[in-house]
Amino acid sequence: MTTLFYLLALVAVISTLFCITERHPVHAVVYLVTSFFSLAVIFYLLRAPLVAVFEVIIYAGAIMVLFLFSIMMSRPEVTEVELHPGIRDWWPALLLGGVFLGAVGTLIISGPLLSPETANTGDIRAFSRLLFRKYGLAVEIVSLQLLFALVGALYLGRRRQ
Amino acid sequence: MIVPLEQVLILAAVIFVMGLACLLVRRGNLIMMLVGIEIMLNAAILAFVGGSAAWGKMDGQVFALFIIAMTSAEVSLALAMVVYLHRRRKTVNSDDFSGMKG
Repeated sequence: MTTLFYLLALVAVISTLFCITERHPVHAVVYLVTSFFSLAVIFYLLRAPLVAVFEVIIYAGAIMVLFLFSIMMSRPEVTEVELHPGIRDWWPALLLGGVFLGAVGTLIISGPLLSPETANTGDIRAFSRLLFRKYGLAVEIVSLQLLFALVGALYLGRRRQ
Repeated sequence: MIVPLEQVLILAAVIFVMGLACLLVRRGNLIMMLVGIEIMLNAAILAFVGGSAAWGKMDGQVFALFIIAMTSAEVSLALAMVVYLHRRRKTVNSDDFSGMKG
């Protein structure tokens, strides 16, 4: 199990790296789907089966298809011609990434975070009970948010006279 | 917990930094900037699920589910706006939209 985690982490990191350095957006999205699949199996190993399933269905299934649709709706000869980012574009990312990784490294070497627990968090029935009882209002708010997003997308995509 | 929480957090941090780099570097294409945001949100979900497994509480998984729902709303709006802007200006370069102030 632990070896599987390391292998999947390696796959996720490498495919994400290919994704952010790929020039063509369609190839980048396909690499990102690979990364999402390995992350979904990592979620399953971390005893979150429902989140793993939703990762595959919603992220790799719905959102990435939405990305592919919008890439294909914008003309490919426009999206392919993109200036290759030079070293001038990379240094703010390297600076901020270095600061972030340094902060996480300081957090981790400052001592053990917690004592390990062995509670089972993979029970879907208990998960649903928690979701719809304790967080029922949040579920309603999220459904309203999705409705607003739907109305907004319809407004932006309507045909103009 | 199959691995210590520290290693999950290191993986989440590495993926988050790659998403940040994608957002900052690939400014020539709005879709790639959105892909960078997706990568960062996935790293956040990984941190939440790792914390949920480490503390033995399910609230982290619930929050990961809310992040997924929020992301689908955000991506649908943002991609509708990308298609709309591309229809008006025939470009997806974010520098061409710098006149959109106020």
